[in-house]
Amino acid sequence: MFQFIFRRLSLVIPTFIGITLLTFTLIRLIPGDPIEVMAGERGVSAERHAELSAQLGFDQPLYVQYFNYVSGVLQGDLGNSLITREPVMSEFLTLFPATIELATCAAIFAIFIGLPAGIFAAVKRGTIVDHSVMTFSLTGYSMPIFWWALLLMLVFSVNLGWTPVSGRIDVVYWIDDVTGFMLIDSLLSGEEGAFGSAVSHLILPSIVLGTIPMAVIARMTRSSMLEVLSEDYIRTARAKGIAPWRVIVIHALRNALIPVITVIGLQVGILLSGAILTETVFAWPGIGKWLIESIGRRDYPVVQGGILIVACIIIVVNLLVDITYGIVNPRIRHSR
Amino acid sequence: MKKGLAKLTLALMAAGAIGTSAHAASTLVYCSEGSPEGFNPSFYTSGTTFDATSKNMFNRLVEFKLGTTETEAGLAESYEVSSDGLEYTFHLRKGVKFHSTKDFKPTRDFNADDVIFTFDRQGNKEHPYHTVSGGSYEYYTGMGMDTLVKDIVRIDDYTVKFVLNQPEAPFIANLAMDFASIFSKEQADMLMKAGKPEQLDINPVGTGPFQKVQYQKDSLIRYVAFEDYWKGRAKVDRLVFSITPDASVRYAKLKAGECDVMPYPNPADLKQMESDPNINLMSQEGLNVGYLAFNTQKEPFTDVRVRQALSLATDKSAIIDAVFQGAGKAAKNPIPPTMWSYNKDIVDYPYDPVKAKKLLAEAGYPDGFDTNIWAMPVQRPYNPNARRMAEIMQEDWSKVGVKAEIVSYEWGEYLNRSKKGEHDTVLLGWTGDNGDPDNFLYVLLGCDGVGGSNRAQWCNDEFNDLLLAAKQTSDKGERTKLYEESQAVFKREAPWVTLAHSIVYEPVRKEVKGYKIDPLGGHYFYNVSK
Repeated sequence: MFQFIFRRLSLVIPTFIGITLLTFTLIRLIPGDPIEVMAGERGVSAERHAELSAQLGFDQPLYVQYFNYVSGVLQGDLGNSLITREPVMSEFLTLFPATIELATCAAIFAIFIGLPAGIFAAVKRGTIVDHSVMTFSLTGYSMPIFWWALLLMLVFSVNLGWTPVSGRIDVVYWIDDVTGFMLIDSLLSGEEGAFGSAVSHLILPSIVLGTIPMAVIARMTRSSMLEVLSEDYIRTARAKGIAPWRVIVIHALRNALIPVITVIGLQVGILLSGAILTETVFAWPGIGKWLIESIGRRDYPVVQGGILIVACIIIVVNLLVDITYGIVNPRIRHSR
Repeated sequence: MKKGLAKLTLALMAAGAIGTSAHAASTLVYCSEGSPEGFNPSFYTSGTTFDATSKNMFNRLVEFKLGTTETEAGLAESYEVSSDGLEYTFHLRKGVKFHSTKDFKPTRDFNADDVIFTFDRQGNKEHPYHTVSGGSYEYYTGMGMDTLVKDIVRIDDYTVKFVLNQPEAPFIANLAMDFASIFSKEQADMLMKAGKPEQLDINPVGTGPFQKVQYQKDSLIRYVAFEDYWKGRAKVDRLVFSITPDASVRYAKLKAGECDVMPYPNPADLKQMESDPNINLMSQEGLNVGYLAFNTQKEPFTDVRVRQALSLATDKSAIIDAVFQGAGKAAKNPIPPTMWSYNKDIVDYPYDPVKAKKLLAEAGYPDGFDTNIWAMPVQRPYNPNARRMAEIMQEDWSKVGVKAEIVSYEWGEYLNRSKKGEHDTVLLGWTGDNGDPDNFLYVLLGCDGVGGSNRAQWCNDEFNDLLLAAKQTSDKGERTKLYEESQAVFKREAPWVTLAHSIVYEPVRKEVKGYKIDPLGGHYFYNVSK
C-alpha cells in the first residue's frame, strides 16, 4: 500500500513542472500586452511602457521570468495580481470558499437526483420510466449552460419570483466574512432569515452547475446497474427469495457503484474548474469567474497561480480517489 | 477569524450609528458591472473603479456639477489664477471631516496638508508614499501633470498655491478628475508609522458622502452614509454595489427588484425596458465619439481629396441604424454636442458617392485602390459592434471602387499597432475624461499625439496652433472661439470620418428619486433617495 501511494506521489512532480510550464508559456503566447490592455485607448508612452515593464519584470528574458516564477512558487509565493496588486494566494483564498460551497451543493444535487434516477431506470428497463429518464438525462447532458441558467432565472426568479436572481445573499443582511462559506457565516451572524436567504440563493446555481454531472451519473448508474443485475449472483439472491429492494440496494447497487464513484470523482474536477459559466451568469464570486477575467486582462500571475492551485487540487482529489480504489479493490493495488 | 470579528464589530457600529434596525434602514442597490481594481482611484483609469471610490467616497478641490461637464467648488471654496496663468491659489473649505474607521479616528479637519500629500505622492518621486503599492499613477502622468506642476506651496492651513511650468487652461478640469481625490495625510502618517502604508490604498478614508464598510471581492461592496458629510448627510442610509458582470442578469435583477440602478444595458433590451411600468429608462448623449481615422502619413491618405472622398462615400445613417440600433447619433465634429465650444455651424460631408468618385478621379484614383479597415475586437461605449460597422463601410466604399479588407487584432495588440500607424484606416473612439475640449482635440489630434493617441498620425500646423493658443488663455469665451475655429479646419482636412456619439442609457426603478446621469460616465448616489 505504502509503495502504491509513493508511486502515485512520484508522478506529481513531473505533472507540476508540466503545469507551470504550460500555463506560463500559453498565457504569453496569446497576443496582447498587459500594459497596453491596462492603458486602453489612452495608451502609455514608450518610456512609461519600459518603466512599467521593468517594474513588473517583463523586460527580463523568458527563462529568467520562468525561473523567478517557479522559485517563487516553491517558496509559497505566487506573486501579486497586476491589476489589484494583491497576492494571488490571498485572492484565491477569498474566492475559493464560494466555489467550494457551490460545487458541494451542485454535487449533492447531482448525486441525490442522478443516482436514484439511474437505479430506477435500470430496474424498470425498457419501460416508459426508463425512456423518460434517459431522454431527460441526455437533454441535461447536452444543455448549453449559459442558456439554461438564463432560462431558469427568467422563469423562477423574474416571472415566478420564487428564487433570487443572483448573488449569495439578500443585500439587507450584512453578513460578516468569517469563514467565507455563506451558509455558515449566515448561521453565525444570528440574523433572522439570513440562512434561508443564503440557501435560496444557492438553489438555481446548484441546479445549473449540477445538471451535467447529474446526467452523467444517471447514465453511468443505469448501465452499471444493468450489467450487475444480469449477473448470476443476483439471480441466485432472487431465487433465495430475498426481498426485491434488498437485492437491488444491498446486492446489486454495492457492486454497481465502483464505476459510478470513478465518474463522481472525475466530476469533482469538472465542478471545481468548470463552474466558469455558472459563476458568470449568477454573479457568483468564485475562482472560475476570477480566472476568466484575468485571462482577458492578461493578468499573468493570477492566471498562472490560479490554474496551478486548481490543478493541484484536482491532482490531490484524483490521488485520493486512486488510493480509495486501492483500499476498496485490492486487484487495482496489485496490478499496478 | 479575529479580523473577521473586528470587521463584524465595525459593521455593527456602522449599523448602530444609523440608529435604526438593519431592516428599516433604506438601502440603495447599484448593480455594478465589475469589481473595482482597488480603492485608490489615483492608480487606475477605469470607470468601474471610480464609481466605487472617487465618485462616492471622496471629494476633490473642484468638482463636476452633477449632470454637466462644468466645474464647481469642491473642497476649495474658491480659487484665483494669476494673470500669467502660471499660479493657481486655492482657498480651502473649513470644517470638512474625514471618515473614521476602527483603526483610524481623525483628530483634525481637512486642511492644506492633505492637498499637498495627495498631489505630492503622485508627482514627487522622493515622496515616502510614491512607490507604495506599486506606485504607478496612470492618470496623473497621462494628463501630463508630472511635467505641468512645478511646485505646490502651502501658504497657510487653508490656502494652497499650485505653480505651473506653462499656462494650461484645462488644469482646473484636471483637478476635478478622479485621480485628484483628496486623501487624509493624517491616516497616511499613522499607517506609515505602523509599518503598513499599503493599507492606505486598501482601506482609505475620504471626505465623501459614503463610507466603505465592507468589500467582498467579485460579490459586493457595502457603504453607509457618512453622518458628518460637509454637504449634509446622503438621503439613503446604506449603499450596496452588487457586482453583476452580465447585462442580462443585471436587467433580471432590476426587474425582480434586487437592484435599483443598473449601468450599461444591452441595446436589445431597451425597448422592453421602455415599456416596463416599474422602470424609468433614463438617457443622455454620452461624452464620447466613435471615428474612423485615416493614416494621413500613408499613401493615398496623404491627399486630402482622398480623405474627403471616402468621407462622402460613407453612409452614416445606415451605420447608426444597423450598429447603434437607435442608441447613437451621427457625429459631425470630433467633440460631442454636450461639450462647450461644440461648433453647431459645421456642415458635415453628405452621403454622395458620385461626388466621391469625382474627387477620387481628381486625386489620381479613378478606379479606386486597395486599402484596409481595422475593426476593434471589443465592444466599447462609442462603438457597440466595430466589425459590423467595418462591413457596412466596406460595402459603401466598394461603390466608389475602393476595395477594403477588414483587419482585426486582439485588443491590446490593436491599440499598440494602431499607435505605431500600421493601419491604413482604423476604427476607434474616445470617452472624455474631464469635459474639457482640449481633452478631445489636443489628445486625439494634436501634433504631440502622433505615434500615440493621434491615430490619424495627423499634424496640421494651423489646427495645432489654434489648440496651443487655447491652452494659454483661461478666458472661456476666447477659448470657445479658438476651438470652434479648429473644428472648421478639422472638417476641411478630414483626418477622420466622424461617425457617432452614442447615447447612454441607465434604467432605474421607478421608486428611485433624484438620480442623474453624469455625462462623464460616473455614477453618483449622494442625491438619490428611495
